[in-house]
Amino acid sequence: MKDLSFATLIAVWEEMFGQGVFWALTAVAALITGLYLHVLIRDRAMSLRKFLWAQLSMPIGALGAIWFVLAVTSSRLSDMGGPIDWLVLAGIALVGAVGFAILVYVVQSLVRGPQDE
Amino acid sequence: MPAPLTLTASRRAFLGLAAGGAALAASGQGARAERVRTSARIVILGAGAGGTAMANRLANRLEGATITLLDARQQHWYQPGFTLIAAGLKPASYAISRTADWLPEGVEWIPEHAAGLDPVAQRVTTTGGRVLAYDYLIVATGLMLDWEAIEGFSLDLVGHDGVSAHYAGPEYAELSWRELDRFTDRGGVGLFGRPATEMKCAGAPLKITFLAEDIARRKGNRDRVQLAYHAQNQTLFGVPIVHHRLRQLFDERGIEARYDHVLTAIDAQRREATYATPAGDVTTGYDFINVIPPQRAPGVIREAGLGWTDRWLDQGWIEVDPATLRHLRYPSIFGLGDIAGVPKGKTAASVKWHLPVVEDHLVSEIAGREGTETFNGYTACPMITRIGRAMLIEFDYSDNLTPSFPGIIAPLEELWISWLMKEAALKPTYNAMLRGRA
Repeated sequence: MKDLSFATLIAVWEEMFGQGVFWALTAVAALITGLYLHVLIRDRAMSLRKFLWAQLSMPIGALGAIWFVLAVTSSRLSDMGGPIDWLVLAGIALVGAVGFAILVYVVQSLVRGPQDE
Repeated sequence: MPAPLTLTASRRAFLGLAAGGAALAASGQGARAERVRTSARIVILGAGAGGTAMANRLANRLEGATITLLDARQQHWYQPGFTLIAAGLKPASYAISRTADWLPEGVEWIPEHAAGLDPVAQRVTTTGGRVLAYDYLIVATGLMLDWEAIEGFSLDLVGHDGVSAHYAGPEYAELSWRELDRFTDRGGVGLFGRPATEMKCAGAPLKITFLAEDIARRKGNRDRVQLAYHAQNQTLFGVPIVHHRLRQLFDERGIEARYDHVLTAIDAQRREATYATPAGDVTTGYDFINVIPPQRAPGVIREAGLGWTDRWLDQGWIEVDPATLRHLRYPSIFGLGDIAGVPKGKTAASVKWHLPVVEDHLVSEIAGREGTETFNGYTACPMITRIGRAMLIEFDYSDNLTPSFPGIIAPLEELWISWLMKEAALKPTYNAMLRGRA
């Protein structure tokens, strides 16, 4: 790969999703992250109850991310051919798990409010 | 030659993103190359991968240049997608976009082909009769598929009676899939192979063979299908280490390799194919055949006398310096993409590496400097070995493997990540390349 720079990656992602969708997805991810920071600051504490639900939802996020990637690339789990494949798959699962957990925490915090302990 | 030139000293700012800017600065690529002011007349022949990307790059780099792009085709084809279409994984529309959608402002697109080319007078005549004088000519016409060289074959046959030919275009690739689908349902003898000329993506005939095997296996019909691959010489692939790996995989998958077999004729009614071999012609029956014809430079390029005079005489690839891609007899001409007479690399990945070289030598000369970029023969071939796995094979003029991710993605291992790249990342990268952004 020649000249693999951050600018190239942005260009490739824009082409992958379409410019509008890519930046919309980026904005949604930034918004959810921002809301997460907002509820943490608002509540001045991490709610263990909400965190528990967020943790319990992690496998759903992990499996959802794996399912999505396999589905859009006509792949199956049996296609994993070497350690790098499993590492990539684990990375996809991790991103799905953490992303979904943050989403679940934020949604709980916004819907139930800070008092729900 | 172009009029006297001045450099504009302004450096372009970082891209608008703060984060992007920081990362770019860290990677040392933050500052874009300066724009060069010129009145040069540049003609680009062909709006395929090379011509389109070069038009975008030159529009970014040059100020005041007259850039003219000549190509009659209204459709742009993403050719690396043809294999996926022919395997039923994508529709024909996956590979089709509009030529006009990729072209930058400031470039004039003439939707005509070149009818004549005079490299001494530095003039191109279009099929519509326009005469274009140029200071620099970038030949990016691509190549011509010589279907007539296969006796008894015509494109009308594709999609019937077991005849497939996915090189012919997206629609033909889809018709080819219908035949492959029928063949892997019913079983029988499937014939594959490649021409004896240089060809675009020498891995593609092998990929479709592997995919046919995989599709038959998935349908539970593998034992009803007999597959034979016909190589034009004693190897399956020009890089020896890759040849041996492919031979091993063919053995494992039960695909027969027939060496020194070149398809010369088919009889569609009798379903027979004839191959030229050192021992004479061999005729064999088939239930499915994938036809890939000999490939040559377009007539107008051959007639202009741009080709090598001591090699590829029947094919006409243009005589360029293998390192700079500049024509050896006509320095105002560059060869870009499939048309370049270099020993490796008629792939989109090679185009990606041709682009900065041609851009550098052209723009440097306009700016009064000498270009320094060189092309080392880099070619990449995501060798699909089944749906869901590929080998990311990259190599250079010296037949060295040149992996982009050494120690991480093994080039001769069948990996899902290599498939991911082919399936999900290649087209966006190609599109970014067309826009001059990758």
